Amino acid sequence: MRVLVTGIGTFWGSRIAQELETHDDVEVVVGLGTNEPVLPLERTEYVRSDSGYTILQRIVHATQVDTIVHTHLVVDSTQLSGRATHEINVIGTMNLLAAAGTAGSPVRRLVVKSSTLVYGSGRADPYVFREESVRTSPARTRVERSLLEVESFVSDFSEDNPHVTVTLLRFTNILGDHMQTPFAKALRLPAVPEILGFDPLLQFTHEDDACSALTYASRNEVPGVYNVAGDGTMPWSEVCKIVGKRRVPLPPVFTNVAAEPLRFLRVVDLPPEMLSLLRYGKGVDNARFKRAGFQYRFSSAGAVEDFARGLRLESTLGERQPAYRYERDVETFFRHSPAVVRDRE
Amino acid sequence: MPDPWDDPGPTVRVSEPDRREPSVDGLGTPSTDLVPVPSDDRVDDDRLRQGDVDRWGRSESVREIARTLYDPLYRYWFRAEWDGLEHIPRHGGALLVANHAGAIPADAPAVMHGIETELGRPVYGLAEFLFRDVPVLGTLWARAGGVTAHPENAYRLLHDDHQLVLVFPEGVKGTGKLYRDRYQLRRFGRGGFVEIAMRAGVPVVPIAVVGAEESMPVVWKSPRLAKVLGVPYVPLTVNMLMFGPLGLVAYFPAKFKLRVLPPVHFDVEPDQERYSRSRVMDEADQIRGRIQDALYDMLRQRKSVWAG
Repeated sequence: MRVLVTGIGTFWGSRIAQELETHDDVEVVVGLGTNEPVLPLERTEYVRSDSGYTILQRIVHATQVDTIVHTHLVVDSTQLSGRATHEINVIGTMNLLAAAGTAGSPVRRLVVKSSTLVYGSGRADPYVFREESVRTSPARTRVERSLLEVESFVSDFSEDNPHVTVTLLRFTNILGDHMQTPFAKALRLPAVPEILGFDPLLQFTHEDDACSALTYASRNEVPGVYNVAGDGTMPWSEVCKIVGKRRVPLPPVFTNVAAEPLRFLRVVDLPPEMLSLLRYGKGVDNARFKRAGFQYRFSSAGAVEDFARGLRLESTLGERQPAYRYERDVETFFRHSPAVVRDRE
Repeated sequence: MPDPWDDPGPTVRVSEPDRREPSVDGLGTPSTDLVPVPSDDRVDDDRLRQGDVDRWGRSESVREIARTLYDPLYRYWFRAEWDGLEHIPRHGGALLVANHAGAIPADAPAVMHGIETELGRPVYGLAEFLFRDVPVLGTLWARAGGVTAHPENAYRLLHDDHQLVLVFPEGVKGTGKLYRDRYQLRRFGRGGFVEIAMRAGVPVVPIAVVGAEESMPVVWKSPRLAKVLGVPYVPLTVNMLMFGPLGLVAYFPAKFKLRVLPPVHFDVEPDQERYSRSRVMDEADQIRGRIQDALYDMLRQRKSVWAG
């Protein structure tokens, strides 16, 4: 098995590469990213690329990878501008699919990380979305639109390339010590925002489950679209209670306007997607991925509880600096220098 | 679309006792990840939860407070009286279908309260998504057992959770009708409730309610104002004429009588993609007819609006 992981410069990509490295049947891991890996990697080969992944075709051809794990999709609109998000999500995926779909391409498996943001969140929604459910209102935010576009590309690709196993995973509100998601950021604040008079039901995924879901999909034959989320939904008030945080209400009308000063003062950036989640909530059905054999370690409540533990440790020790920095020379030395004794039993 | 993209179904299955059977991952290596455990969607990690709000937003503790507060009204104001409660199944899902009336309908809480106290089973009431947009009230409504009327929600409640679900197929057409049209059932939607019951494989239990019409009669309504405000109707009720704004909450003490009719079982295969339109409309019409007949019968027997 020869794997290419995109977005190696993000926690996702590095973590997946780390997990894949431990498996003996994975011969090669190529990590593609605009930034350097954020976690120490044993044998993954890092290739720097532009955000649009224009060199992908050459890499695929040169490395003869049979599996591509596409983790580099932006789902948090606070990270980047709308234009950059579009570039990474839409153009990046387009180039990736073009590279994977050329005649004679060695790629036989494609795993794409999407988000349950594609369902939207509105008043006319069902409480639990299945994979086939269609959204009830058109996508208004840039991130949602770009993800929908990506999904339609991926769906077309799977239709045009029946010999490639395509897995699309839609992740739901990930919580964990390492991932900076809008919810994780909000819950790290001294007081957590809510919308006055609303207490939506929300569902969470633990970052460990999220990463093992991607690894699972890249190592097993699970074609199709799957929701990934911990079991159960719970009210936002209860989430804050478990984390042990007080809540500050935002006004129920002109919420977005009220969130603007917070954004401006860099207190917290509440993207529009999150504001509608804080109003209407959202749940997804995770049964299909379970039927495909995946086992979750954390329920929604479990993910929140574990996140709370991490926060408590953090509040005692203070915020820790990332322990690892990628040094090209060092990495090259360990991987390629004849002085290093490899394959030692 | 019969496309693997749409529903791959269960792809990885390990045949029974031999847990070491090679998986179909093409590697031939057994992986511990692949042993599926019997999983139940609804079992949450209860130990970690710090509240009793279920996945429909209902909270038994809130519901209990609501019942305590509502009980005097139910018992001494409306003096609700049930007939045929034995028709409501003690176990398993069932779709309760009732007529709907009164500007701010008093029938929904009465039916939910009655069944919860008499049978000790929770009832989920389906309603327009309007509630979901209202701060505070919308949250309380959900905690008290209100669920947005979406076919997917109804199906899950009935099929997966085996609950009692109350629905008013007339919707706002029933509550918005004028007093002169009292006890004249409106159209029962497009029969969607029958289709959901068929798909979920549960019976429909029709309930005829007498009294809600007189508890808050609508004498006039303003379609124009309703359009401006974006609500289904803006009624003028007798209660408002008599008590002013207080009339929004002041019900007349009409005697409530509720009759549960024998359940209707549909002899069809559940979980079908589609059901015959004509069959669905036919069944919906028949159920509507039975409730209408029961209402006429009850009104024939009723000697007084207030004393029953």
